[in-house]
Amino acid sequence: MAEDLITVKELKMHFPLQKGLLDNLLAREKLSVRAVDGVSFSIKKGEVLGLVGESGSGKTTTGRMILKLLEPTSGEVFYNGRSIFSYSKNEMEKLREKMQIIFQDPYASLSPRMSIGKAISHPLKIHALYDKQEAKQVCLAMMEKVGLSPASFLYKKYPHQLSGGQRQRVVIARALVTRPDFVVADEPIAMADVSVRAMILELMIKLKKEFDLTYLFITHDLATCKYICDRLAIMYLGRIVEIGPLAEVFKNPVHPYTATLLDAVPVPDPTYKRTHPIPKGEIPSAINPPPGCRFNPRCNLAEKSCREHDPELARVGEDHFVACPVMSTRLRS
Amino acid sequence: MNNIILDIQDLKVQFPINIGTVRAVDGVSLKLKQGEVMGLVGESGCGKSTLGFSILRLLRTPGRIASGRIFYHGRDIVGMSEKEVLKLRGRRIAMIFQDPLTSLNPLFSVGRQFVETLQTHEKGINKKEAIARAESMLESLGISKERLQEFPHQMSGGMRQRIMIGMGLILNPDLLIADEPTTSLDVIVEAQFLDLLADLCRKFNLTIILITHNLGNVAQLADRITVMYGGTLAEVGPAGDIFHTPLHPYTQGLLASIPNIKLDQPELTPMEGSPPDLVNPPSGCVFHPRCPQAMEICTRQRPPAFQKNGHQVNCWLYR
Repeated sequence: MAEDLITVKELKMHFPLQKGLLDNLLAREKLSVRAVDGVSFSIKKGEVLGLVGESGSGKTTTGRMILKLLEPTSGEVFYNGRSIFSYSKNEMEKLREKMQIIFQDPYASLSPRMSIGKAISHPLKIHALYDKQEAKQVCLAMMEKVGLSPASFLYKKYPHQLSGGQRQRVVIARALVTRPDFVVADEPIAMADVSVRAMILELMIKLKKEFDLTYLFITHDLATCKYICDRLAIMYLGRIVEIGPLAEVFKNPVHPYTATLLDAVPVPDPTYKRTHPIPKGEIPSAINPPPGCRFNPRCNLAEKSCREHDPELARVGEDHFVACPVMSTRLRS
Repeated sequence: MNNIILDIQDLKVQFPINIGTVRAVDGVSLKLKQGEVMGLVGESGCGKSTLGFSILRLLRTPGRIASGRIFYHGRDIVGMSEKEVLKLRGRRIAMIFQDPLTSLNPLFSVGRQFVETLQTHEKGINKKEAIARAESMLESLGISKERLQEFPHQMSGGMRQRIMIGMGLILNPDLLIADEPTTSLDVIVEAQFLDLLADLCRKFNLTIILITHNLGNVAQLADRITVMYGGTLAEVGPAGDIFHTPLHPYTQGLLASIPNIKLDQPELTPMEGSPPDLVNPPSGCVFHPRCPQAMEICTRQRPPAFQKNGHQVNCWLYR
């Protein structure tokens, strides 16, 4: 069995809300947005973990903390068994070669004033991995690999001269040019055109095999997970409510929120009818999350205990964990 | 036929810009029946939103309707004076947009925005009546009437989008153009909103043009579907047929490349190439450079609309 490449333990990110003078004078309680509130999971080498949730569930914040792009309030992230917060600045710089990120918006994440050849070889320059001539060769080779061909022709182009799909390929090439082994892909296809999405997804799968990559695939779209992820972690209001192998979660979703989410996915088939009613209401504010299980106000299985006790992830099957005591008890009996 | 509410004939919309003319909509003809939900599907840049905007004559400069006719209940919108169009906007034809936050005024309470809409369009309505109308509208949207006093920022995204549609419907229009109404919403809220839209369609006897790039959305709601590509029509047909027996190679490619969570399809089949440049569109059929079945004639001549199995398909394969 492959070993864990990334382990996340009890990660929390609370963004404090700015207090006014009056709040200070009256010594009012400090408020914070609990974007991520105690998240633990691990990703094996060569695995694709899908981190799924609605906006505001904390999935992007989690991804950024794993790369230390955000300093967490508490918790640990281990890369190959060593906490990344124990790395010195120099060591961390070295580690960044191995951990990269693909952003959602290929329009905002590329400098309009940098030719794409420059953009892609920029990480090589920062990490001083090759001399100038070699760097160009490495960059050109990577461009061919991501389907930016003819590379020598596109090398001098600027982002505005490329299509949306090509830009996303540039972003991918830039992330992979330092040969990382772990990549956080934050909604990599959300901005792409419908007909281009499948192409980007296929490219990511191909590159994963070729470069032996491990992905954290952050998305709000469960349907795309089906084609790339090995395991799924479902987030709701800063917590993981269910985590398990993709096929298992799709076939037997245990947490009521997972079931709802799966059911709400629009199906491109007019004859398809939903099996569950869609719950009312929306994801509540992360400033004052509901006590107990955070999903309880919208859950039709909620019992009194759900409002009182914060549920922990409990094992319900092979590698399958769910934070819902009601369902776990039902499954056991 | 009397029940044709909208009849678009050979519409061309162009945007002259410094490097040439963008042919955003290039010869589109489409008929809409009263009470039907028409899904208008395509990728970004295919002209679907431009088509929607031109029905209300809301094109932004330098966009202009170059030629063609849009008959609404038999009257040509293209030839109308600005004053006449004003009478249609909101009152007869309503439009809701993608982002409810930028479409609502942040400085006024939602109630005040309802009242303003009513008082602008219906002379002589007093404030009390207007508020009563707004309250009953909120009820059909599933929002408690107390929230009329709230401001847009106090509401969630889903609720704002419901307010938007309420404001669109308060003047009792019979045609609603919804431009990507659920794109900024999360899946669960999106499903709620689509259910509401279906409900309102029956209740108010609405005809809806649902503009979207999400084929899953239209599948749930639309009676008929129009697929656009590069400013032209690719295929028009009943929703069931479009999904189960698509004829146009573009529709087929699009359906094979989108994920379907309920299907046992292990991988997607991506479509080659990218959408066309509308300043210099390809000769003949705009889809031919990406089409796996392109023939010699496709490179030369734009395909007209052919009728096949109850679809309209603009493709030489069905000559």
